[in-house]
Order: sequence, then structure tokens, then C-alpha cells
Amino acid sequence: MGRRRAWSAGVTRHAWLEARFADIRPQALAALTRQFRNVDLAEEAFASACIRAIQTWPKTGLPNDPLAWLLSVGRNAGIDIIRKNQRLSALSPAPSPDEDMEGIYAEQLDNDGLRDDVLRLLFICCHPALSAQDQLAVALKTITGMSVAQIAGAFVVKPKTMEQRLTRAKRTIADAAIPFETPDSTERSRRLKTVSLMLYLLFNEGWSASSGEVQIKEPLCEEAIRLTRLLLNLFPGMGELMGLLSLFLFQHSRRKARLDVNGNLVPLDDQDRKLWDRPMIAEAKALLEKTLRRGPSGPLQVQAAIASIHSLAPNPNDTDWRELARLYAFLYAMEPTPIIRLNQAVAIEKTKGPEAALAMLEPLATELESYRWYHAARAAFLFDLERFSEALHAYETALSLHPTEAEQRLLLEKIDSCKKNS
Amino acid sequence: MDYAILIYGTEGTFERLPPEKQEEAMEGHYALQAALEKRGAYGTVKLMPTTSAVTLRPTSDIHEKPTLMDGPFAETKERFLGIYIAQFDTLDEAISFTEMISSPYVSLEIRPIAWAGGVLGAPE
Repeated sequence: MGRRRAWSAGVTRHAWLEARFADIRPQALAALTRQFRNVDLAEEAFASACIRAIQTWPKTGLPNDPLAWLLSVGRNAGIDIIRKNQRLSALSPAPSPDEDMEGIYAEQLDNDGLRDDVLRLLFICCHPALSAQDQLAVALKTITGMSVAQIAGAFVVKPKTMEQRLTRAKRTIADAAIPFETPDSTERSRRLKTVSLMLYLLFNEGWSASSGEVQIKEPLCEEAIRLTRLLLNLFPGMGELMGLLSLFLFQHSRRKARLDVNGNLVPLDDQDRKLWDRPMIAEAKALLEKTLRRGPSGPLQVQAAIASIHSLAPNPNDTDWRELARLYAFLYAMEPTPIIRLNQAVAIEKTKGPEAALAMLEPLATELESYRWYHAARAAFLFDLERFSEALHAYETALSLHPTEAEQRLLLEKIDSCKKNS
Repeated sequence: MDYAILIYGTEGTFERLPPEKQEEAMEGHYALQAALEKRGAYGTVKLMPTTSAVTLRPTSDIHEKPTLMDGPFAETKERFLGIYIAQFDTLDEAISFTEMISSPYVSLEIRPIAWAGGVLGAPE
């Protein structure tokens, strides 16, 4: 055809390699961590294996099993590092890069071992002595290989501060005794639960950014999606993991509609639904339908189902509020938290009217005292009931609870119409 | 003769590329699609990630429904990512068109089609 593809240019090839390394990184680090029982050493070993790959692969071609190749080279690199650290002089020669590197490892790489390795590595990052944010920072640094500067940007702290936090956190992790034997099924599901929560927090960290920060934080959502996808690949039958991925995809499909031209967050009802990522919604729906075939067994699946109701409505007026109210009731039965109750009340308002919704809110007054969405929702119900002075008071309370700029504008508008009506 | 061009590769590598590199990788596809368009009917499909797949596995009893498994048919490192279907006069021609979409991390299988039917539109 005489048509030379652009990928043959060296730079592009490098980009492909980088993408490939990033893809392999969690699995490779996981296996090397089991080998060396040390995350830092595993990271170092993997990094030097990647350097070797960049030198070798363009000449020899891509190995049949790149992961096995990197593991084999990484293992040797790790052993070299240990030897250097032990100042042992009697070194055996390092194997040449032309050796059949993957052959050594390929047969050892069974999927069952690997999936527990990956889960373990993620679980190590969820050390209970670390704050939730530090857990996320360590996971991002270690597992996804994000740079300290990127992570610092995502958490809106100075790189120096993040560096110190990471060093401290990694020391905590290194001191922890993580059992390296294969976990039994109870332990496995405990780990999956802990890790799922961490991924949930990671996604939310990216998602709930207030205006301006959103651009910086989108990569956090993407990493959460990637890691969940990886876990689901390794544990294909886990309903809650499927629910988690489905939930993430439903949310993330709206990323382009979430910001207006000024970079402010756009409320769900006002979003241009044409900007929603349809293939992503379709994938989320497929995952949800897959997991619901067995009946929802956990809160993440129900949350995904809730997200689907919004995503599948062609416009806000088509939202199936009856189904939403039912799903929130179901979720509340599983996890009786005031915030779920609040959401349920919002759905009830649409199906049974503001009076019923308001009655649901009253018992939450103390618990959600400092939650601005509680006051905003309550204000809206009161407004609909034409109790304008009470609505005004509730809107003012919401305004005092540090809303984002976009919310502020919205609240001020509402306060205005309360004043006009009272 | 009808041929299928089956695309295999690791999932997620393409998605990891920066947008301008993704666009670069897509150039070959646009070129192939434009070339096939001129020749007549063709079809192409990109599959969603295998995490969204279910697999029906036969049971030993033919009267029983197959067992539904979550995940793809095979646990392989390279996954079936997408497919083109088009007419080529010779295998050489099929190969030369297929080369247009070759990239460092996909393997492309060319296989003649024995039977085909239906009409495929773009998904909604």
C-alpha cells in the first residue's frame, strides 16, 4: 500500500510503550511485591525492567507475553538491588536481555495467583493507620505510577507537602505485616470490600471537586475506573465490583456536561444530555443488567441502578422518580444513613409531594445540621408548600455552609424569589 | 470474496494514549474506512471491554439451558477488540488493506467468511 503509518515514528512508538507499561504496572508491581515482600523494591525493580524494555523491544520486537518479560527482568533487577544493598561482591552475571525472559515466568503466571497479588497490593495501600486521603495518595503513587506533582495537584497541596506525606505513609505501610499467603474466600471478600471502598473514595475525590479544580481531578476518576476494570477482569463474577464499575461509568459519562463555559458545575437537570458519553452509558447499562440478573446483592449495585435512572432518561422530565424512590428505599434498608434518606426524600417529593418529603426530613435535622444539601432540599420543599419565610431561612442557612460559587448564585436567586413571595 | 479482519490486542492500551496519539492511531482506521467505502458495502465494529461480556457455556445435557458465566470466553492476554467485514478479490488485497490499520500493539487476523447475513447500522 505504500502507506507508512504514523506509529512507526520513534516518538509515537514510545507513547505506545508508555501506555503499555502503565497498563501492566499494577499486575507487575503486585507480582514483584509478593516476590520481594517490599513495595518500594518492587517499584524500583519494575522501573528498571521498563528501561530495559525500552532499550530492547524496539530491536527485538514485542515479546509474546510482555508482563512475563517485565517480571523476569524485574525480578533479576530486584535481586541485583538487594545484593548491592547487602554489599555482596560475589555477583553472578546478570542475564543478557536476549535470553528467553518470558519463558522463565510464563508458566508461573497463573491468573489465580495474579488476582490475589493485585488485590493484595491494593489492600496494602488501604492500611487502616492511614487517613483516607493518604491511602489514595499512596495507591496513586504506587499502583498507577502518577508523579508526586500530579498527585499534589489533584489534592491541591504543595508537591513538597505531598512528598512528605507519601514518605510517611509508605513507612507505615512498610512496617505493616501483610500476610502473603493466598487468602481464603472470607479474607478475599474482606479485602475486596476494603479496596472497593478505597476506589469509591478515589472516584469521588475526582468527581466531587468544586469548580476550577475539576480539570485537575478528572484523572483520578479515570484511574479509579481503570483499577476497578482491572479488578473486575480478575474477579469477573463479583457483583459489587460490577456495580462499582457501572456506577463510575454512569457518573463519568456526564463529565463533559458537568461544566459550563465558565468552568462552573452544572446541576444534573440543567446538563445538556447530548454531551453525555453514550457508549460509556451503554457499557454501564450492560454491566448493570449483567449484575442485576442475579438480583442486587449490595449497595453499590443499587447505587448503579440509581445512577442509571438518571442516565437513561432522555430529559429531566422523563426521570422515573417512582423507581428512584423505590431504589433509595431499598438502599436505605441496606445502609440506613441520613444522606441516603435525604435523597429518598427528594424522590418522594416528586412522587408524593412536598409535604410527605418534608416529613421525612424532620428526623434528620440534627444529623445533617451542617450539610448544606439538607437545608437546600428542605428549603425547596418549604417553598413548594408556599411557606416562604421558613424557606428563606433554610436557604440562608444553606448559603452560610460554604457552597461553591455556582451553588451560591443559585441559592441567591432562590432567596430572592422567597423575598418576592413573602 | 468476503473477509473478516479481526483485531486482537490488550484492552485499555489505546485508551491510555494521550488524545493526539489516539487520533494518530485512528488515522489508519479512517483511511481504511474511506477506502472500503469507495468499494462498496462493508461493516466494522468496536467491541466494548470484556468486563461487560457474559459467556454462555454449554451444559452436558442438551436439554438444559447453557450456563451463564460473567466475563469473556477465554482468559487471554490479547483480547478480541473489533472487526471489519469487507469484500476483497484476493488474499493479497485483503492483506494490503489490513496493513492500513496495523499498529504496534494489535494483531490482525484475516479470515474468509463462509456465510453472512443481516444489515448493520451504527449503534444508537
